[in-house]
Amino acid sequence: MKGYNFAYLDEQTKRMLRRTLLKAVAIPGHQIPFGAREMPLPYGWGTGGIQVTAAVLGRADTLKVIDQGADDTTNAVSIRRFFARTAGVATTTRTASATIIQTRHRIPETTLTEAQIIVYQVPQPEPLYQLEPSRTETRRMHALADYGAMHVRLYEQVARYGQIAISYDYPVMVNGRHLMAPSPIPAFDNPKMHRMRALQLFGAGREKRIYAVPPYTAVVSLDFEDHPFRASRAAHVCALCGDRASYLDEVVTDDRGGRMFICSDTDHCASRRESAP
Amino acid sequence: MPADLLAHPGFADPVHDAQASFRAVLQALARPGTLWRVAPPADPPPPLAPAAAAVLLTLVDADAPVHLAGRFAALAPWVAFHTGSANAEPGAAAFVLSDALADFATLAAGTDEVPEASTTLILQVPALDGGPKLTLRGPGIETTRNFAPRGLPADFAARWAANRRLYPRGIDLVLCAGSTVAGLPRSIFIAESS
Repeated sequence: MKGYNFAYLDEQTKRMLRRTLLKAVAIPGHQIPFGAREMPLPYGWGTGGIQVTAAVLGRADTLKVIDQGADDTTNAVSIRRFFARTAGVATTTRTASATIIQTRHRIPETTLTEAQIIVYQVPQPEPLYQLEPSRTETRRMHALADYGAMHVRLYEQVARYGQIAISYDYPVMVNGRHLMAPSPIPAFDNPKMHRMRALQLFGAGREKRIYAVPPYTAVVSLDFEDHPFRASRAAHVCALCGDRASYLDEVVTDDRGGRMFICSDTDHCASRRESAP
Repeated sequence: MPADLLAHPGFADPVHDAQASFRAVLQALARPGTLWRVAPPADPPPPLAPAAAAVLLTLVDADAPVHLAGRFAALAPWVAFHTGSANAEPGAAAFVLSDALADFATLAAGTDEVPEASTTLILQVPALDGGPKLTLRGPGIETTRNFAPRGLPADFAARWAANRRLYPRGIDLVLCAGSTVAGLPRSIFIAESS
């Protein structure tokens, strides 16, 4: 695009992001502050993920962007078009064809490969934020690996509800050392992060934090021996493709209580329907 | 800048060569012990290897002071001209370029609260294979991985173990030979294998 550098950001900003990303990879799950720039879309629309993608993206890459699993929602379409215009890269909706996947709040159903990088958009990078609003304090808690408060929170839910009642942004331990917010992906997706073959990068624009999980790194959802982590999904079958194992969205179809359940991952659902006999 | 350094240009295509080189370093640190080709400048000033030149041009700038150790000190005008980076003492530098493994204690290892405030050591070695075999395990490695760079000191495994004990503080290593890089992030464990 005329008048802009490749992938929108200037080179000095990219170097700052790149140095931060390398440190993030070296310390899995540790949040690192960075100088988030003002982007041509508001905070909360994926500015952190976009800046990470811009720092990583090259001419040969094929980019896929999903929003809650869907390739065709406003956020996903806007970001895909942003990079198609500012970087001229190829884009795709096929998970298997993408080299970089930027995601808001889902991990694709298709298993990712070593050749892929997944970039998460993160609204709140601090897993301890709801327990301790002070950054100074949470930084010290991370330094000391002082995560007892989070276990107490989970215990209180077991005591009150009989189970751990967190359905998304379910806290994880990374590499046995750092407590990490997996971004608001459903807890259903947490097991996919564990020893994933692809490199996982996380960008929080408003909160100005970057973190990462290298391939084959242990990512364990917090739980108790007598209340083990369970990845839950709606107990239904996709109304479009008939998948019994994928993560489902509930869609209200009328004002008389009508509803249907369909795959949240649109590419997964479409591929299944295409290959169905 | 001295005339002999002036003759050595930076990246032919600064934007895309830096991007390709960054991806190589990113993959190298994300998958420790694997070898990745950078997009180096055509004719880096001796004794700088193409990969080391590419790493400097990709990551160093006015916000990231660099220390050029030993015989690389003479390249300060070239680095300053192409990157705008100021020279710094090893303990205050974001990057240290060396061809001998520095004593880790002289470099910044960060603090418990800010472990990222650490030095990355860009180590130029004769080759990234054919040396004594090291066995790596940790993040980025499925089970274990063998890595055999040449040019590391005989007591490397013991010195690395001391660095690993500081985790999450510590030094990250980017090894460069020819046009190839490999990474040893602070998170991994290294054992000598016979």
